[in-house]
Amino acid sequence: MERFTWKIGGQAGFGIATSGQLFARMCVAAGRFVADYSEKPNRIRGGHNTHQVTIADKPLYAASREVDLLVALDKDSAFLHLKELASGAAVIYDGEKITLTAEDLGRGDVTLHSVPLARFAKEVGGEEVMRNTVGIGASLGFMGCDFAPLERVLTSAFGKKPEHLVANLKAAREGFEYVRTQGGGHHACPLTQKLSSPHIVIPGNEAMALGAIQAGCTFYAAYPMSPSSSILHYLAGKAETTGMVVKHAEDEISVINMALGASYAGARAMIGTSGGGFSLMVESLGLAGIAEIPLVIAEVMRPGPATGMPTWTEASDLQFVIHAAQGEFPRVVLAPGDVEEAFHHTLLAFNLAERWQAPVFLLSDKNLGEHSRSAPPFDTSSYRIDRGKLLTQKDLSGDKPFKRYALTADGVSPRPRPGLKGGVYLSNSYEHDYFGYSDESSEMRVAQADKRMKKLEGIAHEMPKPLILGPSKAPFTLVTWGSMKGPVREAMERLGEEKMKVNIVHFSGMWPFPKKETEKLLSSQKHLVLVENNATAQFGSLLKEQTGIDIKDKLLKYDGRPWFPEELMAAIKERL
Amino acid sequence: MPKSEDFNTKNFPTWCPGCGDFSIWSALKGAFVALGIEPHQCVVVYGIGCSGNMCSFVNTYGFEGLHGRGLPVACGIKMANHQLPVLMVGGDGDLLGEGMGHFIHACRANHHVATLIHNNQVYGLTTGQTAPTSEKGAKTKSTPSGVIEEQTNPITLALTAGATFVARGFSGDIPHLTDLIVKAVSHKGFAVLDVLQPCVTFNKVNTYAWFRERVYKLEESGYRQTTKPAAIERAFEPWSEKLPLGIFWQEEKPTYEDSLPQLKNGPLVERDLSHIDISKLSEEFR
Ligand SMILES: Cc1ncc(C[n+]2csc(CCOP(=O)(O)OP(=O)(O)O)c2C)c(N)n1
Ligand code: SF4
Ligand SMILES: [Mg+2]
Repeated sequence: MERFTWKIGGQAGFGIATSGQLFARMCVAAGRFVADYSEKPNRIRGGHNTHQVTIADKPLYAASREVDLLVALDKDSAFLHLKELASGAAVIYDGEKITLTAEDLGRGDVTLHSVPLARFAKEVGGEEVMRNTVGIGASLGFMGCDFAPLERVLTSAFGKKPEHLVANLKAAREGFEYVRTQGGGHHACPLTQKLSSPHIVIPGNEAMALGAIQAGCTFYAAYPMSPSSSILHYLAGKAETTGMVVKHAEDEISVINMALGASYAGARAMIGTSGGGFSLMVESLGLAGIAEIPLVIAEVMRPGPATGMPTWTEASDLQFVIHAAQGEFPRVVLAPGDVEEAFHHTLLAFNLAERWQAPVFLLSDKNLGEHSRSAPPFDTSSYRIDRGKLLTQKDLSGDKPFKRYALTADGVSPRPRPGLKGGVYLSNSYEHDYFGYSDESSEMRVAQADKRMKKLEGIAHEMPKPLILGPSKAPFTLVTWGSMKGPVREAMERLGEEKMKVNIVHFSGMWPFPKKETEKLLSSQKHLVLVENNATAQFGSLLKEQTGIDIKDKLLKYDGRPWFPEELMAAIKERL
Repeated sequence: MPKSEDFNTKNFPTWCPGCGDFSIWSALKGAFVALGIEPHQCVVVYGIGCSGNMCSFVNTYGFEGLHGRGLPVACGIKMANHQLPVLMVGGDGDLLGEGMGHFIHACRANHHVATLIHNNQVYGLTTGQTAPTSEKGAKTKSTPSGVIEEQTNPITLALTAGATFVARGFSGDIPHLTDLIVKAVSHKGFAVLDVLQPCVTFNKVNTYAWFRERVYKLEESGYRQTTKPAAIERAFEPWSEKLPLGIFWQEEKPTYEDSLPQLKNGPLVERDLSHIDISKLSEEFR
């Protein structure tokens, strides 16, 4: 198995992310598997930004921490990432702009390659950002690859602006040729093997957005908040193509109430936010619960509390979304682990929300939401939109007052949309009777509370089950949830290559909690290791509360960075 | 043709005898009759308060939301089904206290929603605290030494925020109020109707008699809607002396829903969801 990690670093505002995405697409166009990782401080200009792309010749689940080729657009980029450079790694930098020596770096095992990035950018008449393109061309030359894949992605990226395309192609070519004539290209090219049909390369947020479109979502509301905003940007950008109404509302309280209004009216509705925005929505979540209104909520986590670390990652809102809001009502929490699950769990979320007339969370984080992975185009052939007990005019007879909250076996009662004759009812945030009118009698309270909570039994049957990945038995079992799936799975694969056997139990159906399946899966394993991206082992507590299983051996990380495969591998090796 | 009784439910109002909410309730039902709207043909969203308690007494599609959060619900319903008339009924605490931000933004957006503010200058349901509409100095349960803040004027607020229909009614004049509700609902855009509503239990100052001494009708006073500043000037007449009733301002502008090309071919709720194909969008990620 061959893996190669490329990284570009420079000041914020210099198109680092765009270059990283371009590089990833180029590798995928050449038929490779990729996973990327990016860091950016919470400001628009002046901070240090990076984007790294790991390339492999078989499926890849997370980017590596260790870097083989670094394009350092400034001096900081070389020094800040010294520890990440693999032995034998190379650094491309602009010797006409900065002086950098192996001695300065104190790394005799790393080679330095000066490429006149700024001069070439200027010569082709480009702006300073075009240094990145020169750097990508140089990287390709260095890696010993053909120019063709780069030409292809540049053409598709700039095809609509011919003058940009010409300049970018020239800049890339200059970098590429320069390195070749300087004797580069001695690396084994990591881009040789081709997949017959190239994959797509997509971040979790966009995968959810595509899922929403496929699921028939026609109303999306949000208030910008990292790291959820790219869902809003993507859907807003496509609104006129898809016909979706995408509303940037005045605040998150408005966001959720608008979506509840749209859903009550009969549209499939979704909202997106991060923990801070969701905190504002909490009272309204209860409104979805008591009025039994379907709603899909994407909560893309970042480190809290309060403003926390906006552009970094953490998975510390699990207990919050499970318990948020006063009172008791059923809710569903799905925590997709990778881009495929981000897409398919979104499809499922819409069906669950309407079938059970309840709020459904898609609990993601920056790690999944903003990092891309290559994957085959999503298979939609088996998806059927299921609107549950949503009535049409022909289902309504019309003379008697309509019992919207009639008691039923599964807790779900038929729901007309306003405008239909014979279905008039009140959707009510107060406790209510069968018609929706406010009712505080003890009998009706208990009847309605029982009706609502009964849904949880039915929902449990439709939840994604915990998955066992790798061998069915192993000396170590890594127990994890949500986006930690990527690095944990990557670590398992690599440990396997080194003949060390571990397996994984991964959870993406968090609530209602899959008690029975969990007990069955975990009780037969030898040594459980909990892996979480938070400080308090939130899933560990949930597991203990629900099953009595108490995992003592915990790997917890909460520095704003995700787990990297190498860190997990080291942790397992310590335990051998 | 609908009759007023069609809009009654099995529940009889629970307001204090003499409460201004009874008249607003009658005027609302009368307006539906005048407009020829059947109970299933509209949605009324309610706030939380004595005013919002009307939700259980009106037989139309209804949505009793959270305190202060009704307007976003109303706007969401309208965006999902712009062919459905949507009304908002709430208190001055609900719409101008907890929900003032939403109120201003709904005015800005010009959603086609008619909003009735029960302006009783107190929080009725929570037993008589100050509302944003209380007069400066008003002594209430939460301000025993008198309100320090300035009194909110719903009319000038709505005018400056961009509402395209701004009017005031009085629950002591049901026929006039009914007519104003008809006009507000018929107006294509965000309509604000400030309704002076005595709270007989917790507001012993602003009584029916107090209002009757001060109200007059704009249309009988020679007032003409010339410019917005003129409307604002009229709305700034001192509260303690003169209270104009009627339409201060009405203008035609595209509604929020009119401005969405996504709605050109019909409401979202009638969208056919059976042939969605994301393959082209997916290709863009290659
Ligand atoms: C979030 C929240 N805060 C407080 C309350 C308590 N509350 C209920 S009604 C109300 C005020 C009602 O005043 P207003 O809107 O003027 O209605 P009125 O009763 O005067 O018609 C308050 C504060 C609540 N229901 N929800
Ligand atoms: S408290 Fe005031 S507003 Fe509430 S019902 Fe009584 S009179 Fe009406
Ligand atoms: Mg009030």
